[in-house]
Amino acid sequence: MQVSLIKRTWTSLTQLKKEALKKRAAIASVATLTIATMFVPQATAEELGWPEKEELKFGFIKLTDMAPIAIAYEKGYFEEEGLYVTIEAQANWKVLLNGVIDGSLDGAHMLAGQPLAATMGFGTKAHIITPFSMDLNGNGITVSNEIWKQMKPNIPKMADGRPVHPIKADYLKPVVDKYTAEGKPFNMGMVFPVSTHNYELRYWLAAGGIHPGYYAPHKGDVSGQIDAEALLSVTPPPQMPATLEAGTIYGYCVGEPWNQQAVFKGIGVPVITDYEIWKNNPEKVFGITAEFAEKYPNTTIRLTRALIRAAIWLDENNNANRPEAVKILSQSNYVGADYDVIANSMTGTFEYEKGDKRDVPDFNVFFRYNATYPYYSDAIWYLTQMRRWGQISEDKSDDWYFDMAKKVYRADIYAAAAKSLIKEKIVDAKDFPDFATETGFKPAQKEFIDGVTYDGTKPNAYIDSFKIGLKSGDKI
Amino acid sequence: MNALQLNNPQFKSILQQATNLIALPLVGIAMFLLIWSMAADRIDTSLGKFPGPSQVATQAVALYDEHVAEREKAAAFYERQEKRNAARIAKDPTYEPKIRKYTGKETFFDQIVTSLITVMSGFILAAAVAIPLGIAIGLNKKLNIAVNPIVQLFKPVSPLAWLPLVTMVVSALYVSPDPVVPKSFLNSMITVTLCCLWPMVINTSVGVASIDKDLVNVSRVLRLPALKHVQKIVLPASIPAIFTGMRLSLGVAWMVLIAAEMLAQNPGLGKFVWDEFQNGSSDSLSRIMTAVIVIGFIGFLLDRVMLQVQRVVSWDKAGAH
Repeated sequence: MQVSLIKRTWTSLTQLKKEALKKRAAIASVATLTIATMFVPQATAEELGWPEKEELKFGFIKLTDMAPIAIAYEKGYFEEEGLYVTIEAQANWKVLLNGVIDGSLDGAHMLAGQPLAATMGFGTKAHIITPFSMDLNGNGITVSNEIWKQMKPNIPKMADGRPVHPIKADYLKPVVDKYTAEGKPFNMGMVFPVSTHNYELRYWLAAGGIHPGYYAPHKGDVSGQIDAEALLSVTPPPQMPATLEAGTIYGYCVGEPWNQQAVFKGIGVPVITDYEIWKNNPEKVFGITAEFAEKYPNTTIRLTRALIRAAIWLDENNNANRPEAVKILSQSNYVGADYDVIANSMTGTFEYEKGDKRDVPDFNVFFRYNATYPYYSDAIWYLTQMRRWGQISEDKSDDWYFDMAKKVYRADIYAAAAKSLIKEKIVDAKDFPDFATETGFKPAQKEFIDGVTYDGTKPNAYIDSFKIGLKSGDKI
Repeated sequence: MNALQLNNPQFKSILQQATNLIALPLVGIAMFLLIWSMAADRIDTSLGKFPGPSQVATQAVALYDEHVAEREKAAAFYERQEKRNAARIAKDPTYEPKIRKYTGKETFFDQIVTSLITVMSGFILAAAVAIPLGIAIGLNKKLNIAVNPIVQLFKPVSPLAWLPLVTMVVSALYVSPDPVVPKSFLNSMITVTLCCLWPMVINTSVGVASIDKDLVNVSRVLRLPALKHVQKIVLPASIPAIFTGMRLSLGVAWMVLIAAEMLAQNPGLGKFVWDEFQNGSSDSLSRIMTAVIVIGFIGFLLDRVMLQVQRVVSWDKAGAH
């Protein structure tokens, strides 16, 4: 960067100014990284110290992807780290986030967007970090029976009469148009403004030409319904089926078991899983405050170690432990839904229409494909979507995206935890990324439903590549 | 049995009493169970059929089994903890071992105990404020007129309106790294207190204000000092009214507590009901129904206990019924 700066001293004044800004950002990012690494003791060099804080309370929302926390508890991984953890279900994502911010929770199962949004100040401002990514995939979009009836004739069928998957939103478009023409708002539910589900639902709708609406936080508009054809609003996950049944919303995007619950109750039909919207997309993260990680570095590494071991257990021997995991999750203090409902998706299948059960072996991934490593590129994807829909109201430089990702996604803590587990021969180094060379950016990904390529190293170029959505220079 | 015994008037009255006390309620309960199970069979929800008496009985047993299983897990937890503490001391002699409370889930029975403790604490706190306040208001007409508008204003406020305020105030003021009691407990308790304050204040003040004039005159003749007057004349004379207020309050407190626990996710029976509702498993409705019956039964027991206390301390038997 500095070489390039010297080279360009000859360029025009405006260019110079731009570069200076960039450099400042780069310095800031280096500084945060240095400070960040300073907090982590030399865990790899010597034996990991005792935890500074032993009694912890973690929050979660009743979804199957909270499994690593439940497993780390039930299998005694937390206790083996000397951590005495209480796990408590939270009413909704907002309550959960506030709990972590005000310290009544030490950590929680979070939406990937939550630490990012909190750190940049969209919603409640607080520096939240994540040392551990909890899973890949695991969400679905469900529509009510009524909407499905109207969509189905548009969808191409296979020889046996079952619809061809993945189902694009193109087939929903005529239904939405009909409702709009009749003056009826087309309402859909998602779980939180910065949730993966919001972005996935928006991605799917926009790929099918349905505008999901913009946010304008600088004008105080956080409903996200500006110019919307489909009106999205927040409903807590466990209440999705009931809200759909009541007719308040026509469809929703939510994690499991709440899509399968709709099939079991016979009130709706899941049309697509997020695996088909973006193959192996990052889902939940484990969030703690930056202050916590700073104050209790050993505890932070130890809890990350426990979670890594839980994730390995969940995926090992080709999902052999999943039935046992489902049994644990169906306990009333965890997810609490029926065994069969949870098992449907956790054991590698997904039921669309009643009886139309298909194999989706990677519907829930907890460890394979480096699922637990907090990739910067994952964070940047969420940031680009926040910009696309106006939650970030102004243009940001590419460096801003990199800095924000590095500030929140703490691969350094993950690496420290993984390396100490490798050293103690509890885990195998080949199951992890090569920490010496890992940049934190996944290679460009092409497996999106609309075929757009995502390269995390070029956030602004990616934002400009969408048909529907804000682009560079746009402001509501 | 011969004719003599059957005609014995004493035997007749015993028989009648037995019918009234045992047989009639049993008939009532039997009718209720019959209607319930018939109605339940006809209600289909998205979570399956509405639970009838037999499903509820099954769940009651299941809840008890879960409780026992959880206790075993707790015992194993403490055992592991002691071993771990010992191992750590061997390595790190400066470590001060500490036994931490079991971190597993609260069972249905734990939730009942939590709810009972919360309601009693809130109720006792309210009584400690309301009774002296009620006596002061009852003794002093001017104070009564001054305070009355405030009492009238707050009396009809729903407890749940208080809850957000209480939650915020408690989180702001109750900051401690190692709290003696959890915040959620304080939230529920204070909400309960705020709601069961008013019936006690009003009843006590009315009771105090309507003491027999003769008694007051006796006190005047004897020139009893103010505190002695309260102790010897006012308190004994207004006990029936105070206890009527307390009984009303405890009923309110129990209702409020369940609602507050549900809304604020504070531990207790209310949270149990809400969690089960959120789980939406096929057993959820029968578990909620079990909780409903238990909540009703505990409410009934609390009322009976207050009534007994009232009977014991009250000279005016007419007031207790």
